[in-house]
Amino acid sequence: MTFEEISNKAKSEWEALQKGSYILVGTATCGRAAGALDVVDAFKKELTRQGLEVPIIQVGCIELCYADPFVTISKPDSLRVVYHNVTPEIVPRLVEGYVAGDDPCLELALGTLEGGGDEGVYIPELPRFEHELRLILGRCGYIDPENINHYIANGGYSGLEKALKMPPAKIIGELKKSGLRGRGGAGFPTHRKWELCHKARSTPKYVICNADEGDPGAFMDRVILESDPHQIIEGMIIAGYAIGAEQGYIYIRAEYPLAIERIQIALKQAKELGFLGDNILGGDFGFHIEIAAGAGAFVSGEETALIAAVEGKMSTPRSRPPYPAELGLWNKPTLLNNVKTFAYVPLVIERGGDWFASIGTEGSKGTAVFTLAGKVANSGLAEVPMGTTLSELIYDIGGGIAKDKQFKAVQIGGPSGGCLPETLLDIPIDYDSLREAGSMMGSGGMIVMDEDNCMVDVARFFLDFSTRESCGKCTMCRLGTLQMLRILEDITAGRGKIEDIDLLLALAEDVKIGSLCGLGKTAPNPVLTTLRYFRDEYEAHVLEKRCPARVCPELTVYYILPDKCDRACEHCVLTCPTEAIKGGKGEVKIIDQEKCSKCGTCLEVCPPEYNAVAKLSPVSLLPSPHLSEKRARK
Amino acid sequence: MITEEQASQAVAEILSSHKKERKNLIPLLQEVQTSLGYLPEEAMQKIAGFLEMPAVEVWGVATFYNQFRFVPLGKYHTVVCMGTACHLAGGRLILEALERELDIKVGETDEDDNFSLERVACIGCCMLAPVIVIKDKIHPKLTPFKVEEALIPYKQEAQSEES
Repeated sequence: MTFEEISNKAKSEWEALQKGSYILVGTATCGRAAGALDVVDAFKKELTRQGLEVPIIQVGCIELCYADPFVTISKPDSLRVVYHNVTPEIVPRLVEGYVAGDDPCLELALGTLEGGGDEGVYIPELPRFEHELRLILGRCGYIDPENINHYIANGGYSGLEKALKMPPAKIIGELKKSGLRGRGGAGFPTHRKWELCHKARSTPKYVICNADEGDPGAFMDRVILESDPHQIIEGMIIAGYAIGAEQGYIYIRAEYPLAIERIQIALKQAKELGFLGDNILGGDFGFHIEIAAGAGAFVSGEETALIAAVEGKMSTPRSRPPYPAELGLWNKPTLLNNVKTFAYVPLVIERGGDWFASIGTEGSKGTAVFTLAGKVANSGLAEVPMGTTLSELIYDIGGGIAKDKQFKAVQIGGPSGGCLPETLLDIPIDYDSLREAGSMMGSGGMIVMDEDNCMVDVARFFLDFSTRESCGKCTMCRLGTLQMLRILEDITAGRGKIEDIDLLLALAEDVKIGSLCGLGKTAPNPVLTTLRYFRDEYEAHVLEKRCPARVCPELTVYYILPDKCDRACEHCVLTCPTEAIKGGKGEVKIIDQEKCSKCGTCLEVCPPEYNAVAKLSPVSLLPSPHLSEKRARK
Repeated sequence: MITEEQASQAVAEILSSHKKERKNLIPLLQEVQTSLGYLPEEAMQKIAGFLEMPAVEVWGVATFYNQFRFVPLGKYHTVVCMGTACHLAGGRLILEALERELDIKVGETDEDDNFSLERVACIGCCMLAPVIVIKDKIHPKLTPFKVEEALIPYKQEAQSEES
């Protein structure tokens, strides 16, 4: 079939779907975690019960993860309505109300996708969409990721069709014009990688997609793979054509089983329609893609380590140069890009490099995809033009801080990135501004922290992660990070000395210089940025033995306020997992500090009308009878 | 429990469906683990023989990656997410509560092969933090107190099966 025939067939299938009613349920991993599969079952049951035949399509994620599971009901000549936090219990109402009837049940809805009149909330007019520009997230949640025709009917594979008629040098030229930089984190100009691979004389050549999203707190690659997998495949095929490769690999971490499944289906369908295989779209160019499932190693995100993993070896990096573009997989020229980088490629080819370059800032073009998580009210994904400010992202899109707490910091780029304070919220999001501030774009994970988070503890957390994930090849990364971790453990436990802070800074520089790959070179960043912006918290831990956020267990105690404790209530006594709370009925409850595990259950279960449990730091704030009791026992 | 004979047959079947190529080492280890639940020493020896490489290298690769396990898991395998969002929401307390309630440490399986405990870097459900996964079911927005509650049905099920 020619592309035109394929495209016409896909479009007529899509149009036929629009002529009837259908139900979309978001069943990406995030939706499933919130119970989306139970919702699918409930719809099936209810439709059967009411004798209705309406297709239920499992789609990906519409990125407003805070309100999962999502359901969209589409009817011909009616508004499409999106419902949030759907439970099996409300499904009969939705079926009765809007699938069978004309009541859109707007009280259960997030809003409508059309209209904008008096029909409640018009989703495109939500404040967040003033800032968002969805280029690679646009189809996510609205097309069936397991049906290639939905992708084609919505513009898919036309970039490839166009690319195959262009000479490879022109494709690379468009990429150069576009200013696209690698979305894996480092921001290397994409066209330069492609050009190096294109010019390399050795064959065969390989294309690898890095889908080893290892940053804790980042899940945008997973969402794209699960919601719109074909755009990555299309980008990879164009890359293969441009550099002269016939074989590609997608390296997906094994922790993403659904992403692997949906990519498998997508590959099969692409092959059936002739977008993959020996003679793509009837031409001379052939390209094949295999999945390589990662086995869990953060360091595999580094390109030379990833190549070792695909080869079946321990995933350790090697020194560069030579770069993978010259000596990569099995010592052959290899092009390695991130999921999002490949996803932008079909768009750049289709609409042109100049169009892409018109979005964003001078040095960073296009859009950036972020995951917003942590203490932000509306966690989820966002795609914004480069240059959007952090505060627009956190407040306008993320809805600000949850539970009316005070913002403290935003951590960008995971274990390689840094924590930025409130004073820097107005900086634009682009590769260079973030680097200047001591952070980095990274893969795009953004974690918001509030007044209840201890910045020393956060630094310790990230370093603990980097220490565990260090592959051990470089001494400074293996042992230097461990020494830094020990110092941070001392500080959070109240054993810190003031000279430790300078030692941390010195070690951080040594670890950066003494490490081969990005893991070690960036592992000190969380420590360096928290020291730069939150040094007072370190000093409080060291000098006053006080944890300002009252997080570090060794510096914090729980105390039951005698004048607030309702003596008749026994919630804390009955729920304390270590039986550390004494006091019978009618007595004031007292925590045995020796037995207390500092789990906070007493604070959680104490009825709000009493609010009798206090968390104190430093420990010396504990009123003396408790201390003397402790001393007496010793 | 799988008998030794069944295990050896499963490994033989997996080996027969792959080419003798070094790049197949990790897929082989993954498939064996999916089939048996963990990587017994004998299975790794067989893979080494099949790929004609030293067994120590297979061991090296298997121990390098976080995914591979060398002891059988419990019936109710429990995974604690230790990602950033979970950490900020009190993940450490959740882990401590699980260790206390199950009376095992991370990486261990209890004596009756009922519960085993594993920590992972991030399962990517950050909006539900802190989360744990018991026997593939996600339990969201936990507190140490809710951990106790979440475990009750599994403990009851384990008990009723024993009696």
